[in-house]
Amino acid sequence: MHELSLCHSIGQIVRRHAEDRRVTVVHLQVGQLRQVVPDTLVYCWGLVNEGTTCEGSVLDVDHVPAVLECHDCGATTRLEEMAMVCGTCGSTAVAVTAGEELLVTSIELQEV
Amino acid sequence: MGRFHRHDDGTEHDHDHDHDHDESAHDHGAPEHVEGRDVGDMTGYETGTERVQVLEAIFDENDRVAAANRADFAEHGVRVVNLMSSPGAGKTTLLRETLVRLQGKRRVGIIEGDIETSIDADRLEGLGASVALVNTGNGFGGECHLDAPMVRSALGRVPLAELDVLFIENVGNLVCPAEFDVGEHARAMVYSPTEGEEKPLKYPVMFRTADVVVVNKIDLLPHLDVDMDLFRRNLAAVNPDAHVLMVSSKTGEGVDAWLDWVAGA
Repeated sequence: MHELSLCHSIGQIVRRHAEDRRVTVVHLQVGQLRQVVPDTLVYCWGLVNEGTTCEGSVLDVDHVPAVLECHDCGATTRLEEMAMVCGTCGSTAVAVTAGEELLVTSIELQEV
Repeated sequence: MGRFHRHDDGTEHDHDHDHDHDESAHDHGAPEHVEGRDVGDMTGYETGTERVQVLEAIFDENDRVAAANRADFAEHGVRVVNLMSSPGAGKTTLLRETLVRLQGKRRVGIIEGDIETSIDADRLEGLGASVALVNTGNGFGGECHLDAPMVRSALGRVPLAELDVLFIENVGNLVCPAEFDVGEHARAMVYSPTEGEEKPLKYPVMFRTADVVVVNKIDLLPHLDVDMDLFRRNLAAVNPDAHVLMVSSKTGEGVDAWLDWVAGA
């Protein structure tokens, strides 16, 4: 739903690093807890790039699962079913250690 | 949301993709999906390209502006509450009740986010509060949330130096507003029991982000089959720390407890 504004932000970051060079691929990390619809993101990416150095570039979305660390038993478990409970002991004293990523990790530029 | 895909390094990946995969958790519904990614055909781009590391969070720019907003709020000693809900849960009615009760006691400002129209902002006029409208329509059908730059653009139209409390009434939406820090001190969610008990499980990011969940329209409860204990269990599953307030903006029940929360927010 906010993929369009995300794509605007991604475009700004990418073009700042690309410095007028043609961009072929943009690598993203998107955490499971981010409410991003990948297909919509790819669709919007095509929309916002017309006439820019990113036109025709590919968005490569790398999904990161959510991981919880338990303060009680110390276990590190995957988040399942969106319940914020430790997968080992059931404690709710957990912290999210992965799954909230939303970043541009790298870009690929055409050789000049 | 995504296919599961384990990352032990947490940062950069090469295309050989040699890190550990849990294949059983992958969704290979679409044949073009390769290795849990959303684009399949990446053949040929390895040659003649240079890879540049970026490692920049997409929300960095928003968060920088949010920090600037927060600094301005601190400078003027204004408490700021970001009010979120689905459309029709009763944000504006709760705000109206709030203004009626705080009139002459506390100085209140409101930043009102709406995709189009000033209907909500008009409903809040005449109650002693400064109301600044932010229409988020931008030609693509309208943004579905307020972000930090939009709030910043409205700050010139609310007299921060003369306010005690500023409410930011976000766009009615249970998804996008949760993602954008606008510089607020606390997040309040208004939930209407007519939305069903399962909403926290369907919109966990929104319910997880709320400091307080105002269960509004409780005057309707005798007429509904909704199981509020189940709602509370679902809420606790995604946000064990959420404070819950039972309120009816219509009868006024619970509004004082809401005002107490705002005062200490």
